[in-house]
Amino acid sequence: MGRAGADRRAPVGTVSRVMDADFFRRWMELAAAAVEREADRLTELDSAIGDADHGSNLQRGFAALVAALDKEETATPGAVLVLAGRQLISTVGGASGPLYGTLMRRAGKTLGDAAEVTPAQLAEALRAGVTAVAGLGGAKAGDKTMLDALEPAVDALGESFAAAAQAAERGALATVPMRARKGRASYLGERSVGHQDPGATSSALLIAALAEAEAAR
Amino acid sequence: MLINVPETVVADALRGIAAAHPELTVDVENRVVLRRDAPVAGKVALVSGGGSGHEPLHAGFVGPGMLTAACPGEVFTSPVPDQMVRAAAAVDSGAGVLFIVKNYTGDVLNFEMAAELAEDEGVQVAKVLVDDDVAVADSLYTAGRRGTGATLFVEKIAGAAAEEGQPLERVEAIARRVNARSRSFGVALSAVTTPAKGSPTFDLPPGELELGIGIHGEPGRERRPMMTSGEIADFAVNAVLEDLKPGGPVLALVNGMGATPLLELYGFTAEVHRVLGERGVPVARTLVGNYVTSLDMAGCSVTLCEADEELLRLWDAPVRTAALRWGR
Repeated sequence: MGRAGADRRAPVGTVSRVMDADFFRRWMELAAAAVEREADRLTELDSAIGDADHGSNLQRGFAALVAALDKEETATPGAVLVLAGRQLISTVGGASGPLYGTLMRRAGKTLGDAAEVTPAQLAEALRAGVTAVAGLGGAKAGDKTMLDALEPAVDALGESFAAAAQAAERGALATVPMRARKGRASYLGERSVGHQDPGATSSALLIAALAEAEAAR
Repeated sequence: MLINVPETVVADALRGIAAAHPELTVDVENRVVLRRDAPVAGKVALVSGGGSGHEPLHAGFVGPGMLTAACPGEVFTSPVPDQMVRAAAAVDSGAGVLFIVKNYTGDVLNFEMAAELAEDEGVQVAKVLVDDDVAVADSLYTAGRRGTGATLFVEKIAGAAAEEGQPLERVEAIARRVNARSRSFGVALSAVTTPAKGSPTFDLPPGELELGIGIHGEPGRERRPMMTSGEIADFAVNAVLEDLKPGGPVLALVNGMGATPLLELYGFTAEVHRVLGERGVPVARTLVGNYVTSLDMAGCSVTLCEADEELLRLWDAPVRTAALRWGR
């Protein structure tokens, strides 16, 4: 999926420092804090074109995720993401649970047992995760889903995490004029136009948290 | 709202179901409602589930002749795979388990994951998707028709087949047949308020109604000035009959969305029968009540199922659940 013919491989750019399990735990904590902070906005967006629960569902899932990271040993970046994914699948429900859970789990499995990973490896792992999400949900770019934020973010990851965060934010904003073709918003047909997709919005929060974790190093 | 805090509405309701129905096993912690006598030797088990807020669907339909277990999710949010895996393991007698899944992206994904995990644990699982709502054009451009009122028909009729001791392939085939022969259309007279949000999820002014709504407070396809009960019946029944061309008598479910009085619902039922009569469609059985609801939404839906002799026999078979009971 994605743009045909484009080179999907992220070039190795300005970000080069390796990241360990601590970095990934911090990323997840910052993502949880962002979800907590923005929960009402996510629910508000979801009430326009969905069923008004995206914020509270993710809040519950990320709180469980942080609690699990406190409790369980995670020695590697891959282990952090696999645990995160498992927690989201077990606690979020709805479509977001399996989709975000699959994103994290697949990315974590792609990272394998490495104790430290490079930004290029993270980009590759997240690309695998995004591909798995697209496969599971059957969506593609332009369908007004989380993919509209995640795909451009992954494309920009090689440049810098900040660039990825900006790309995700732009991608989320770009869902406003789109007509939803997947998920509950698709039932609205043309009436989904003019509203920002809640899933793309929460995806942008996740990538923004990654940039925040990088900036805090 | 008659609640303690939004965070505990589902658990609170489960504790209430446990208190009122000693014939059920209610696992509040893991959010599974089971027949107390499960697993039932030699019989196929039926497991369904979905977001809460549609009561009595699904927990109210657990009992002999219908579901073996139900997995309630958060309000309007599908349950998580762990719940269905736990339910399947608890109710499987060795004859296999049928998952009855309403066609929403979240339900489909979570039940699919659960089916894989349950099969890893040695449970034979079959799945049937319910997608009866004609308000959604079943095209490449949507998530497909929603599962609404036909869920009750599928659960009742497949449940009767399982109770008779029919094997998994047969129970699954009957469930699919019921779904394929059922269509629904719903109308909202007011928007729905979820406990988490505390205010209506869409803005529907008095004096207007929303046609083609789902059961999750998602807005419908079209808004119009208020219509009479008879006009709504014309619109809803004709919408269903555009898609379903019954060659014989139908089962009719005239369903309230939660906040419409039975007085109004029975008046509407008379209008539904009038339209069906005008269209030359005989009605074999009619069920009227609040069965597949949407919290505090006012409104109704009509579900028709083209019956045949076997489906009617299974429909009439005894059932003993909290919300539906007849026969011996």
